[in-house]
Amino acid sequence: MSLRGRDIVTIRDLSREEIEGVLADAKKMIPYAEGSKVARPLEEKIVAMAFFEPSTRTRLSFEAAVHRLGGSCLTIADAGATSLRKGESLYDTIRMLSSYADAIVIRHPNEGAAALASRASDRPVINAGDGAGQHPTQTLLDLATMHEAFGTLTGLKVVLLGDLKYGRTVHSLAEALAGFGSEIVLTSPPALRLPDEFRDELRHRGAKIVEEPDVRRAIRDADVLYVTRIQKERFPEESEYRAVAGSYRVDAALLAASKPRLIVMHPLPRAGEIAPEVDGTPHAAYFRQAFLAVPVRMALLRQILVGPKPGGRAS
Amino acid sequence: MRELKITPIHHGTVIDHIGSGLALEVLRIIGVGTLDKESTVSVAIHVRSGKLGWKDIVKVENIELSPRTVNAIALIAPTATISIIHDYKVREKRTVDLPPRIVGVLRCPNPNCISNQPEPIESEFDVVERRPVLLRCAFCERPLGEFLRHLA
Repeated sequence: MSLRGRDIVTIRDLSREEIEGVLADAKKMIPYAEGSKVARPLEEKIVAMAFFEPSTRTRLSFEAAVHRLGGSCLTIADAGATSLRKGESLYDTIRMLSSYADAIVIRHPNEGAAALASRASDRPVINAGDGAGQHPTQTLLDLATMHEAFGTLTGLKVVLLGDLKYGRTVHSLAEALAGFGSEIVLTSPPALRLPDEFRDELRHRGAKIVEEPDVRRAIRDADVLYVTRIQKERFPEESEYRAVAGSYRVDAALLAASKPRLIVMHPLPRAGEIAPEVDGTPHAAYFRQAFLAVPVRMALLRQILVGPKPGGRAS
Repeated sequence: MRELKITPIHHGTVIDHIGSGLALEVLRIIGVGTLDKESTVSVAIHVRSGKLGWKDIVKVENIELSPRTVNAIALIAPTATISIIHDYKVREKRTVDLPPRIVGVLRCPNPNCISNQPEPIESEFDVVERRPVLLRCAFCERPLGEFLRHLA
């Protein structure tokens, strides 16, 4: 099914075939994302970046994706500068924006904000993270990174390490991996375990999930080590944050026990979870992952705003 | 002869076959405090029932329930029957039915959900499972099993 005009609120809004279609398209977008080839399918298109929460990577990679495709952006980068501060509802703000732009990318601190925006807007809405909720384009670029490294998403063993409670990237990713039949290993401090209801739901959908609190044992025969930042802003108490921060650290000594082809991923920014010495090893995939954000978002924006282009799929 | 615990009503609604002990929740949903002064409400708690063993009954005079109220009653009292009474006669009798989506009756348990912010929207929950009832917020996707505490 074509993605043209569709909202992407959760990763479940995309079928497995649609995800594969975006990944295949993203691969073709790489030279355009690097600037070595030029195309302007989004010329005349305006994409609103409605960022009601601080974000560097996500917003800039979305803006880069729009510019690389010849489109233009309207950006709200600071919620304090909008009339939300004067008490305007998010609903009204989005309704107004949808009359100025061809699509809206939204980041918001409240869960469900993107679902609300999709009702307020008659233009397609792309969720760029809502509170501790979904972040589907991050998941797409995570999948693209794994697909580029292994040529497949089926049968991988993926360790999710760190904050599995508040880390929104891992919730979307775990759902998608479950759909591709990969094995998921959960490794987290007790206070940051994946919420029970979420784990049950993943199992209910046939996901292969094991919990292994010992990171050494977890990575022994893993293909991917996905590290998340322990996010200070998600903790109600600073003492709670300090107690768990730094409890997992990925360094060369740890990775010595892993498969040579294991890749280390991280949604970035990192805050000490991965030692800089890992950067120079073949395991480090996080900077590649950050770069792939651009071609993946280009592929998605083009499919939503212009429609499908005949072409192959990721195998 | 059958003993009448509460008297018949002239015009109004009888909610019968409410699970025993749930009549007070039904009253909360109907919003007894906000009813018209002319509306007498009678409640029978722990009444013998052929079907249920024990049941509760609520009778409200001069009131016909809105579809939204009926949906809310269906949530907590799926066995209930609702009879519309005109001139002491049952004009219409139906069972309650849980719709696929519950709008406006409950509040999302997630304080950070957008539906708990001052937005011009009503709460919405999808019915994921019917027995036992499991709901999911249509905005933040938080599941809701214990919904009695979350009646708006």
